[in-house]
Amino acid sequence: MKRDNSRDKRLLFLQGNEVCVEAALYAGLGFFAGYPITPSTEISEQLSKRLPMLGGKFIQMEDEIASMCAIIGASLTGLKAMTATSGPGFSLKQEAIGYAVMAEIPCVIVNVQRTGPSTGLPTGVGQGDVMQSRWGTHGDHAMIVLTASNHQDVFAVTVEAFNLSETFRTPVVLLFDEVIGHMREKLVLPEPGEIPLVERLKTSVKEGTNYHPYLPREDGRLPMSDFGGVHRYNVTGLFHDMWGFPTTDPATAHELLHHLVDKIEGAGQRIARYNEFFLDDAECVLISYGSSARSALHLVESRRAVGERLGLLELQTLWPFPAAIVRDRCEHAKHILVAEMNMGQITQEVKKAVSDPERVFLANRFDGNLITHRDIKNVLRVIRGGGM
Amino acid sequence: MPHIWCPGCGHGIVLNNLVQSIDKLGLNKNDLVLVTGIGCSARISGYVDFHTLHTIHGRALAFATGVKLARPELTLLVAMGDGDALAIGGNHFIHAARRNIDITALIMNNRTYGMTGGQHSPLTGFGTKSTTAPLGNIEQVFDTMELAKAAGASFAARGTTYHVRSLQKLLTQAIRHKGFSVVEILSQCPTYFGRKTKAGTAADMLRSYRDNTVPVGSEAKQKNPDLIERGIFVQEERTEFCTAYEGLIQAAREGR
Ligand SMILES: Cc1ncc(C[n+]2csc(CCOP(=O)(O)OP(=O)(O)O)c2C)c(N)n1
Ligand code: SF4
Repeated sequence: MKRDNSRDKRLLFLQGNEVCVEAALYAGLGFFAGYPITPSTEISEQLSKRLPMLGGKFIQMEDEIASMCAIIGASLTGLKAMTATSGPGFSLKQEAIGYAVMAEIPCVIVNVQRTGPSTGLPTGVGQGDVMQSRWGTHGDHAMIVLTASNHQDVFAVTVEAFNLSETFRTPVVLLFDEVIGHMREKLVLPEPGEIPLVERLKTSVKEGTNYHPYLPREDGRLPMSDFGGVHRYNVTGLFHDMWGFPTTDPATAHELLHHLVDKIEGAGQRIARYNEFFLDDAECVLISYGSSARSALHLVESRRAVGERLGLLELQTLWPFPAAIVRDRCEHAKHILVAEMNMGQITQEVKKAVSDPERVFLANRFDGNLITHRDIKNVLRVIRGGGM
Repeated sequence: MPHIWCPGCGHGIVLNNLVQSIDKLGLNKNDLVLVTGIGCSARISGYVDFHTLHTIHGRALAFATGVKLARPELTLLVAMGDGDALAIGGNHFIHAARRNIDITALIMNNRTYGMTGGQHSPLTGFGTKSTTAPLGNIEQVFDTMELAKAAGASFAARGTTYHVRSLQKLLTQAIRHKGFSVVEILSQCPTYFGRKTKAGTAADMLRSYRDNTVPVGSEAKQKNPDLIERGIFVQEERTEFCTAYEGLIQAAREGR
């Protein structure tokens, strides 16, 4: 029998950061701007090599603010654009992320989290940016934030980030963590076409006919026109009318903010990604995400083997928070235990989502080390009335 | 034309001259992108029929760098206030110059933060009063031309809203130049700078541009160092960033 060589080629052994690069290129990345920061730097390093080979553009800007601004500019010309950073750099990008929200410009921001605040533990793992990814910029707005706990899913959510970004004309944050970014494991590289790609909706309005960049359509999508194309229009971070010009009209401002929030919050079902393990009869539901979910899954699998009714809900969409799914899966649970590497950022959301917040507990760690299945088991024992 | 600038503001004169230079160059509007930051000066992007991008304070050059590298065939114009360009955006300014990316940067220097009400900018000057320096500013100024040159700009020029004919010519030359071009334009803010510093009305300030500026390299400047020079300070051919990037793509494809 002939060996299937193609399959071998599709099997890769990579760091999570490298998987993110493969996925971004698969999704059609055309422009990357970044500034080095541990533990995200490999993304820049890889793309500085790969993009020119593909005719794409890579630039190392003078800082993270400039990188964020540059990808917005590039996206306006029609390219799929991305930047990558970690906590301190993510803080710097926030004003420009808000601009991308307001001006409805698709782009992807990767944040490979370390532990903070401030420069924190540069090489230590953390998940402290869950709230920053949601509320880091000022004002009311919606945000799409995705994460993953293994390399196959890192690939899938990275492609999804581009798809959602193009669909909703919005920045999308990929919130990984240091362990995911640096850990090496297997990736089966999908064939071209295996994962559907969403391309930007371009306007069909002909040259010489008025194009309104911000005229809402019934399906909520706003067709774009590339900078450099035949339609000239204004882009601003100020509240603007359907031509893109600044306005202070209260009704227009009210409507625009509603549109920005509703287009994403209203699509919560479609955006919600998660994995379920042994939830059908679970007495205790673990909820986790990113590398913490690996330890949680390890615990669930080992306790199932001895007959304990433990299940895991692994979240991949952190925002908009999939409250309905959490509520549903936790309905019959006696205990709900959230495992995360911060002081309880998702735990608070879970408490808001479920009927009985007293059932919700936190197993956490924020010292730069990965939370282990033992850490989670110890908390579980206390919840169930056992000693430490 | 209805606009947001105060009567006598120099920013309108800059807009007028910019449009005239573009007309003279015969550029296609579809190939033009005007990027601005935040401030009175930044509102210039709202009045022209190009692709216009009104961004955030100080970051116009970073946005423009993204547009330019993505589509090098487009002509990028960036208009900034002195606050935009040299305070909050000072780092982007020196790095855009260092890269020598083909962008034309206009610095509309009214020596104040107009939009926020007359606080001092990096170009206000020692001893001058501002709304946040009521006792007189104790900070020194930049010389924008020296800064641009040191950072690597391959074209640097200074004009004023009084000398409109030469301003138009400077703008035309700057846009035509391949590489990072800087044009600093002394532009009066009668509302805040004029009032706070007793520099007077718009007409008084225009007269001061007439009386206190001289062409680059003139003898008058040697006799009186307080005079401000105008004209072209730097004009050199140097490897442009996007062109160099094209070379990089070629090299990567040939596996060099
Ligand atoms: C990050 C940030 N900081 C401060 C401001 C407030 N702000 C708006 S305009 C401006 C100054 C503008 O001065 P300049 O760039 O010189 O332009 P001018 O208004 O004088 O033309 C400032 C400080 C802002 N919008 N964003
Ligand atoms: S405040 Fe000054 S800079 Fe602003 S519009 Fe008025 S005159 Fe011009």
